Amino acid sequence: MGLRDYIIRRILLLIPVVFGVVILVFAIIQLVPVNSRVAVFVSSGNPKELRPEVIQALIHENGLDQPVWVQFRNWLDDMLHGNFGYSEVWNSPVLPDLIKRAPATAEIVIISAPIIIFVGIFLGVVSATHRDKPLDHASRVISILGTSLPSFFFGVILSAIFIAQLGWVSTGRLSYTLEGQLLVDQSIGRYKAYTGFLLIDTLLNGRYLYFVDALKHLILPATVLVFIQTAVLVRVTRSSMLEALSKTYIVAARAKGLSNKEVINKHARKNALIPVVTLSGLMVGGMMTGLIITETIFRFPGLGNWAARSAQLFDMPVVACYAMFSAIVFVLANLIVDILYAYLDPRIRLG
Amino acid sequence: MDTKKGRFAEFKTSMQPRIKEFKFTMNRVRKSPLSIAGLIIVLFNVCVALLAPVLAPPKLSDPFMIPRDASLGWRYEPSPPSPTHPFGTTSLQVDVFYGCIWGTRFAFMLALEIIVVIVIVGVSLGIISGYYGGLVDEIIMRFTDIILAFPSLILAMAFVAALSRSGWTTLNAVILSIILVGWPGYARLVRSETLRVKSEDYVEAARASGASDLRIMFKHVLPNSIYSMIIVVSLDFGTIVLTAAALSFLGLGAPPQYADWGRLIYDSISWSASGFRYWWTYMYPGIFIVLFVLGWCLLGDALRDVLDPLYRRK
Repeated sequence: MGLRDYIIRRILLLIPVVFGVVILVFAIIQLVPVNSRVAVFVSSGNPKELRPEVIQALIHENGLDQPVWVQFRNWLDDMLHGNFGYSEVWNSPVLPDLIKRAPATAEIVIISAPIIIFVGIFLGVVSATHRDKPLDHASRVISILGTSLPSFFFGVILSAIFIAQLGWVSTGRLSYTLEGQLLVDQSIGRYKAYTGFLLIDTLLNGRYLYFVDALKHLILPATVLVFIQTAVLVRVTRSSMLEALSKTYIVAARAKGLSNKEVINKHARKNALIPVVTLSGLMVGGMMTGLIITETIFRFPGLGNWAARSAQLFDMPVVACYAMFSAIVFVLANLIVDILYAYLDPRIRLG
Repeated sequence: MDTKKGRFAEFKTSMQPRIKEFKFTMNRVRKSPLSIAGLIIVLFNVCVALLAPVLAPPKLSDPFMIPRDASLGWRYEPSPPSPTHPFGTTSLQVDVFYGCIWGTRFAFMLALEIIVVIVIVGVSLGIISGYYGGLVDEIIMRFTDIILAFPSLILAMAFVAALSRSGWTTLNAVILSIILVGWPGYARLVRSETLRVKSEDYVEAARASGASDLRIMFKHVLPNSIYSMIIVVSLDFGTIVLTAAALSFLGLGAPPQYADWGRLIYDSISWSASGFRYWWTYMYPGIFIVLFVLGWCLLGDALRDVLDPLYRRK
């Protein structure tokens, strides 16, 4: 079986899972009483402020008084037309909000992911090659701390030190004055939001001061993510590197007279990284969880903050939409990882 | 007399390998300082949880509600640690020490409650799935696929929001939702163990001699997967408490003034906005969570080193 066949098979296997995800989210929505459930179908106007007659009409219109499968069909139909409901909390339709907030979250991910991968793999490899030496102990202690220190506690400490005590940055995406100025400039057309990514837009508009400020505000949320995620990566890299180093081909490579550096970099590390690749799929899930916490602490206006605030107030349309969104991102990430894995390790696609 | 002695000798020789293995296990535990640290931390937590009524005598009818100190009035500002309040008080003069101590008890109760249900559900579905195979297996496994397709905290969050909206208390909703996202991991683990054991010769022999399905499951399959279960359970003890605390931290969980670490930290976010001036409101509950999770994490690792045949002799 070639790589292409493997990819096609993997994608076909994905369809039932995605369908299952949609059904599970639908089941969750079904738990909610009908008067609140109707918010998921509303396309305009805050459901909290709608008059009871209007709500009754909406219930009837969307088939909420009819059997479950009719409701499911209507719900799917609504989503395919881009209507994911109307949020009571944010007082706006759900889908545009999701799109509007995605860049902020993407910025944190883009800043932190390379650091996590680089630092995690580096520490893991160093730890394994210096097994039971001080370096190994230090990196193990860091990784144990990273797994048992809750991200929210770490975030609260960071915010107490750097935001409250030292006052180096503020919460949010920009400093208050700059953010206000930006909004004013945007309304009179002196600043254009081309992409929604502050790091890109500020450069395109030639606002270098704003760029630096935006970057500064990313440091703390990214630090929380990096700290938590790196810990997992170090552990897995270390154990898989240790396993690779104990294989016979390493002994053979050493017997051939290769230098220690060559053995580690060329033979051991390449093979040790294969299990690490599988882990990266799981890390995407951990990342999304971490984003919810870190964005809440630093009041960063991204998707995690949006979902957490909505969940607090039981705002079903947002919660359902976000759950579905994150499951689909997670599933796609795992698909990419599996394909990468098959590409790296021919035993998978041939076996 | 003679036969009795002979039987004892026989028993002794038959137990010899077990005793040897046990000694080896204890030796491994003794040699690794991290395992001992884990054990000590967990024991400390157990003691605190058991002695909670002594360490912090309850004053209200529900012991998990933290009493507030009326002598300090209704002042909103937290007061610093003092002899009457070793960890200080938080908003409205709620005692932090009481919250930390009873929070330990609460964490244990929560984790135990959840683990017991998860293990029962996960193990039975996993065994059924692995033992019978076919359509049953397919259905159960596809169901786990769907639940594992979500990042677990996000699915739990959605469940909590929906259940709370339909009238559940948030705390019960949290327990149910963690159970819901937790069982698939166990089902998968037990399924793969079952598949491994099912084809062993002694199971074939048991079946040939007429043992029933239930007997094979309980006498052969379950005992063989017990070690990997113990490891996962001890690691999960920390994870479950962490998930519950994270939900509490997001405002989904215990009500205000409840002895729950996550809730205590959630309530003191606003105090962390004035830097370290009110450090006791979030540092103490945080340290308690870290200790709890760290202890179970280290213990789980130690158990893996000791019980998992892959690591045992390394």
